[in-house]
Amino acid sequence: MAEVKLTVNGKAATADVDPNMPLLNLLMEDLGLNGPKFGCGLSQCGACTVLLDGEPIRSCVTPCSDAAGKKVTTIEGLGTTKTPHRLQQLFIEEQAVQCGYCISGILLYGKTYIDKNPRASREDIIQSLTGLICRCHTHSRMVKALERYAQEVGK
Amino acid sequence: MSMKHATMTTDAYQALNRRDFFKTAGALVIGFHAAGNPQQASAQNPIGGAPYPTVPLTATDSWVAIAADETVYVYSGKCDFGQGFRTVQAQLAADELYVPFERVNMTICDTAITPDQGVSSGSQGSPTQFGPSALRQALATARETLLKMAADQLKAQVSELQIINGVISVKADSSRRVSYGSLVGGKKLSTAISAAAKFKDPATYTVLGKSIPRLDVPSKVTGEFEYVQAVRLPGMLHGKVVRPTRQGARVVSVDESSVKGMPGNVKVVVKKDFVGVVADREWDALQAAQALNVTWTGGTTLPAFDGIYDFMTKQPTRKAFIVNSGDVDGQLKAAKRTFSATYLHPFQMHGSMGTSCAVADIKGTGTAATGTIYAATQGVYPLRDAIATVLGASTNNLRVIFKEGSGCYGINGVDTVAYDASILSQAVGKPVRVQYTRRDENVAGENYGPAFVMRLKAGVDDKNQLTAWDYEGFSFSKGGRPTGNAAANIISGELVGLTIAAVAPNTTPTVPAAFSNNSNAAPAYGTGTVNGVSGSTGVLRNERVLSHTIQSPFFTGPLRSPNRLQNSFANESFMDEVAAALGEDPVQYRLRHLADPRLIDALKQAASAAKWETRSAPKRGNLRKGKVTGRGVAVLLYEGNNGYSTVIAEVEVDQDKGNVVVTRFVISQDSGPVSNPDGLRNQMEGGTLQGMSRALREEVRWDDFGVTAADWRKYPVFQFGEFVPQMVTVPINNLNATQDGAGEGAITIVAAALANAIFDATGARIRQVPFTPQRVLDALTTRGAGLPLAVAKPVKWDGFSREVVLDGSGSVEPANGALTYQWRSVGSSQAAIYGAGQSKATAQFSSGPGDYTFELKITNAAGDSDTSSITVTYSGR
Ligand code: FES
Ligand code: FES
Repeated sequence: MAEVKLTVNGKAATADVDPNMPLLNLLMEDLGLNGPKFGCGLSQCGACTVLLDGEPIRSCVTPCSDAAGKKVTTIEGLGTTKTPHRLQQLFIEEQAVQCGYCISGILLYGKTYIDKNPRASREDIIQSLTGLICRCHTHSRMVKALERYAQEVGK
Repeated sequence: MSMKHATMTTDAYQALNRRDFFKTAGALVIGFHAAGNPQQASAQNPIGGAPYPTVPLTATDSWVAIAADETVYVYSGKCDFGQGFRTVQAQLAADELYVPFERVNMTICDTAITPDQGVSSGSQGSPTQFGPSALRQALATARETLLKMAADQLKAQVSELQIINGVISVKADSSRRVSYGSLVGGKKLSTAISAAAKFKDPATYTVLGKSIPRLDVPSKVTGEFEYVQAVRLPGMLHGKVVRPTRQGARVVSVDESSVKGMPGNVKVVVKKDFVGVVADREWDALQAAQALNVTWTGGTTLPAFDGIYDFMTKQPTRKAFIVNSGDVDGQLKAAKRTFSATYLHPFQMHGSMGTSCAVADIKGTGTAATGTIYAATQGVYPLRDAIATVLGASTNNLRVIFKEGSGCYGINGVDTVAYDASILSQAVGKPVRVQYTRRDENVAGENYGPAFVMRLKAGVDDKNQLTAWDYEGFSFSKGGRPTGNAAANIISGELVGLTIAAVAPNTTPTVPAAFSNNSNAAPAYGTGTVNGVSGSTGVLRNERVLSHTIQSPFFTGPLRSPNRLQNSFANESFMDEVAAALGEDPVQYRLRHLADPRLIDALKQAASAAKWETRSAPKRGNLRKGKVTGRGVAVLLYEGNNGYSTVIAEVEVDQDKGNVVVTRFVISQDSGPVSNPDGLRNQMEGGTLQGMSRALREEVRWDDFGVTAADWRKYPVFQFGEFVPQMVTVPINNLNATQDGAGEGAITIVAAALANAIFDATGARIRQVPFTPQRVLDALTTRGAGLPLAVAKPVKWDGFSREVVLDGSGSVEPANGALTYQWRSVGSSQAAIYGAGQSKATAQFSSGPGDYTFELKITNAAGDSDTSSITVTYSGR
């Protein structure tokens, strides 16, 4: 066991955990977050995606020790139902989920890519999501919401 | 689970039970079924001493309650897994009760609160809730009861009253008014659902029929939504299961010393062949489960993966006719032409995005056991009964609360994991959360959609009309949805030692009493005649549809469009094969055999939206190498009576690599009145793409040691990064019809539409799902020669010169062989043609100004020919 200090969604957090434990477990169990989710534990689906110092990573295969001293952002850190992030708002407008279990990966990979590549094309956006799964196959709506976001960021 | 407005209440899973709610919610009109007796309503154990009596279907109070603050509480036994059905039910309540949508508070699927509606499955949500004896009937009864009460209070006739936003007033003098909440303040009332209560006319809906945004979307995209995976109870521990890798393996011994001293206060739980561990943290439990040394017996030998389809047709089977009418054998003998083909469909899995999870808090043992289980189940009551069987508990001592999980698409691992959590919780006397690993879910958690072999035969007369249809299908079965009497329908039930009867083979097929096409084994083209009564809407009288069921090596169960999808792949592929062999257009040929106006309309609307070009398949002029495009169609009368769908797929096939890329889908759906147009479109789109994934990618594989499809690499699905087809949806809002299911129409016929499109593009027929690149390449080796395409056009010309050059050099001979050309002048104005046997010819207008039409006929070495015509206007001099 070791004390892991990190910043999660702008707040300092400390947890006494096995440093080899996946970061996902710390976020879910110690901090009670619901955004990142367990889908495979194998880095194959993206349900557990969070931003680590601004870059999307798979928290199911990232040991807590790797997050020590770093900034973690989950989809809760983007916005809330009262004040959603613009991208979350676009997903609401496009009704771009079904079960929504996959949403962390789609939002965080998509946002990171588009923020760096404003005016990304539809094909670029789809490519940037490679390695993510949405088993409800809500692909066309998700891509549409991200395309709208890209158009707005690119303005 | 309660939800109001855009967010879930955070105390949802400490939800008040029904009685507490009635104590705190204040005055109610219509409430708890026992509300007529205040003493009962507040008693701890109102019925027979059990804490959680079944909520009856027949009392209006079971479905709807109105609080003094005007909130309308609606209780439903039909769940939502991301399809938006929670929102649709709230829309229904708002409309039937004439209240604003925001005033409705939905509670769905909780055995302590909601009526016992069995399972939410098979696209039965809308047909049930909008049907004659469920939610809509309860709402209509409530409205009529309120009106009668208001009439008494306002001293008016019911016919003189109106309802606006939950306020009843006298039409002629709206100052004489009373709101729902104040009307019933202090009074309690109990009414039975009245069959005579009148539904609101769908033409007057103000909330239904609108694309009301789903209630759950905002909290899902911001991470606030509480899935079952996020249920956290005080003192909760974490459990993991340890499954045998081989089917049928049993525990020989469990070496508890293998996990001794591991962190997290590890406890090992063994109940016959069920093995699990419990620890303080999930991480501790996972490591302990991996370290636990269990010795298993060798288990049963699986049939070889490679020979599975052959195996299926050689087993003892349970045989049943779906229909056997007319004289199929005689008609096949007399037919002008006959056709036959065999189609193969693999085992597939639900493969939910999130692995299944449940939290159980069980105290005590035997009939004294009590407790609460949070599960993402499709049936809270059947699961309650099944867990009671597993634990030896009394059903009324258990409460199962639905908490949404990830999309399940049928019976994934959610019920089994609820058993697991219950068993582990009971063993340790603490609340236990279990979430499967990906391997647990894929290999020993869920019930697969079964493999199928389908043999088809058909005969046609000299007018190309179908005269006989003969289907023989073989499929697997083991288990299914759990119930109190069949708790071994899922794996954990079997592991704790419960059993279910194996499939019992018979020699003479059973004969139905009436036509039921629940599994879509019969095509929509037949009359479905059983005992002289036609149960379907097609025109074909001679039909034989025989199904064989075989004991399955794996647990099987409903997977989105169970059996209907496999059967429709075969039937709709075969219909296309027949049409193609006869040189008929696939849409026109289907229309000739349909009589159902709604199915005809669904087909025509899709064809028109797709700008379907009438012609036979395969597409002329497609080269036999490189990338080619094609289109395919398939139609469906879901379950024989539950929604009308058409899917048109447009594909690009890479004939060198075997890859199939779908460029566009056009989908029509008539499910009666559309409750939520955007929600319907979302279902049509998602179902279609999931169908594409299943058709192109998905297959459960195994080897001698067990199922190998343990993760997303071994069970690939359509993923991001791959081309996303354009989706054109055509919802048909049929206000005069009853409400049908809509979530499983499109997915059912995607495989056939794709197989038909691949044929159109390449001339190769693919009869085995999934259409992997290798299977496509294999199919290409057995196709016929490509058909030539005639392309006639005039060389650029001023319209005045007396001669025009006719150019046929754009014609295509796919095999690159020699073509012969023949030009002629047709129509009333005749022209002389020079070089009529060349690819380029010259026409000389001999009869003055006017329209001249020329026809080019090309013929290849095999004798296949094609024609193309052009008309030019000669203005003369
Ligand atoms: S849960 Fe981390 S990638 Fe699947
Ligand atoms: S919306 Fe269900 S997995 Fe993406």
